[in-house]
Amino acid sequence: MKTKLSAQEFYIRQQKKRTYQIRIARTLILLLFLILWEATADLGILDSFIFSSPSRVVRCFYEMLVNQDLLFHIGITLFETLASFALVLLFTLLITTCLWLNDKVSKTLEPYLVVLNSLPKSALAPLLIVWLGGNYKTIILTGMSVAIFGSILSLYTAFMETDAEKIKLVKTLGGNKKDVLFRVMLPGNIPSLLSIMKVNIGLCLVGVIIGEFIAARIGLGYLIIYGSQVFKLDWVIMSILVLCIIAMGLYQCIGRMEKWYLKRI
Amino acid sequence: MEPILECKNINYSYHSMTGETPALNNINFKINKGEFLSIVGPSGCGKSTLLSLICGLISPECGEILYEGKNISESSRQHFGYMLQKDHLFEWRTIRRNVLLGLEIQKKLSRETSAYADQLLETYGLSAFAEKRPSELSGGMRQRAALIRTLVLKPELLLLDEPFSALDYQTRLKVGDDIGTIIRQEKKTAILVTHDLSEAISMGDKVLVLSNRPGEIKTIVPISLDNSLSPLEKRNCSEFKTYFNLIWKEFESNEDET
Repeated sequence: MKTKLSAQEFYIRQQKKRTYQIRIARTLILLLFLILWEATADLGILDSFIFSSPSRVVRCFYEMLVNQDLLFHIGITLFETLASFALVLLFTLLITTCLWLNDKVSKTLEPYLVVLNSLPKSALAPLLIVWLGGNYKTIILTGMSVAIFGSILSLYTAFMETDAEKIKLVKTLGGNKKDVLFRVMLPGNIPSLLSIMKVNIGLCLVGVIIGEFIAARIGLGYLIIYGSQVFKLDWVIMSILVLCIIAMGLYQCIGRMEKWYLKRI
Repeated sequence: MEPILECKNINYSYHSMTGETPALNNINFKINKGEFLSIVGPSGCGKSTLLSLICGLISPECGEILYEGKNISESSRQHFGYMLQKDHLFEWRTIRRNVLLGLEIQKKLSRETSAYADQLLETYGLSAFAEKRPSELSGGMRQRAALIRTLVLKPELLLLDEPFSALDYQTRLKVGDDIGTIIRQEKKTAILVTHDLSEAISMGDKVLVLSNRPGEIKTIVPISLDNSLSPLEKRNCSEFKTYFNLIWKEFESNEDET
């Protein structure tokens, strides 16, 4: 018994060591990258006017925080992303349910959905500006357009793959289509919905940035385009780094939700 | 005595673009209140189709199904309890909420009905697991929970569609024994569909043998084993072997025809 326990302890120690090593390596890559970037910029190997440098980014971040209302820009981008994400979620649920309820309609609409899904949505953005004007509505819609079609198709596939026997069970218990929807389809597909949401949040951010590129006077997308036009590349690179952090944060949030849900059931 | 359920000249075929597959041909039988009917037949002979027809999930192409003398309808379906091959307990519900599923759907959830559910869980040894998720239970316990989900609706007629086939052999014997005893205890009428001859004989009062597809009734064998014995104990009776051989011969003659 004692040897068995120590073998288990050994295993746990090995696993802990592994996670620890991975974490160290990850941090090292980041540090090394920053140090190399800073050093090459300082030594003049990289032109810091074009490539910026970590210290310039930090300085730029601070200056813009004070003088340019950077938090407002970040806030607007975040708001637009979350708004389009929420709308995508709502419409995905509504439309997928309608498609599932009516087999003929879904068969009819299938080719259109497939085309709309493979269409590069950035091509739609200029049209949307003309139709809706250069405001946040256009940007939220651009964000939605990138995510919604794929999201509907994925959820519809998940609905279709739901075990037919589970549906039969609800029917044998005297249930109708509404019962099947609320007792099986929706609760049973929460895991698929969560993984679709994880993809969607990133796509919405992409769409919002595309929208801001062409239709905005505020937001990180606007800062990137404006910065590149007036050759303030510190702005551009700083905005990109902020976007990295936002993207990671949003993804983590939904990842946490998913973990929490899967643990609960 | 008027039969609780009567099938008259039932025919049913499946249709697809590639053609018509006849599944059941001229099925006639009756079952009395409190009786246990086992239906055996080779795989694909339309056993499960017959249960779906009785339950009203699909309608026969011709013939009629009478429940207490009347054609089956939406309202008669609430007297039926259906048990599927797998338990299909929902992982996102606790055992207790799984058991209450039928009551929720039929909007019969009240203090009395949920107390009855608790009482059934208690009687059949699951009350300690009521708040657990299905994945935390063994296969046999899950199948018992599925039976309670059906019984809690107080059905007059139980339709059992190979409810033990997903279990391993040992569990299968035990759960079959359990569930057979429970059904006798609750004095329910039941129709069991199975491909296991021993199971059919040990649980049934009558064994109906279906032929190869399209399924026709070959024979109905009345079983007179002592019903105070549990299904597992019945397997030790000396007549058991006789019944087994009799039904096995019917099965064999099936093979010869094809």
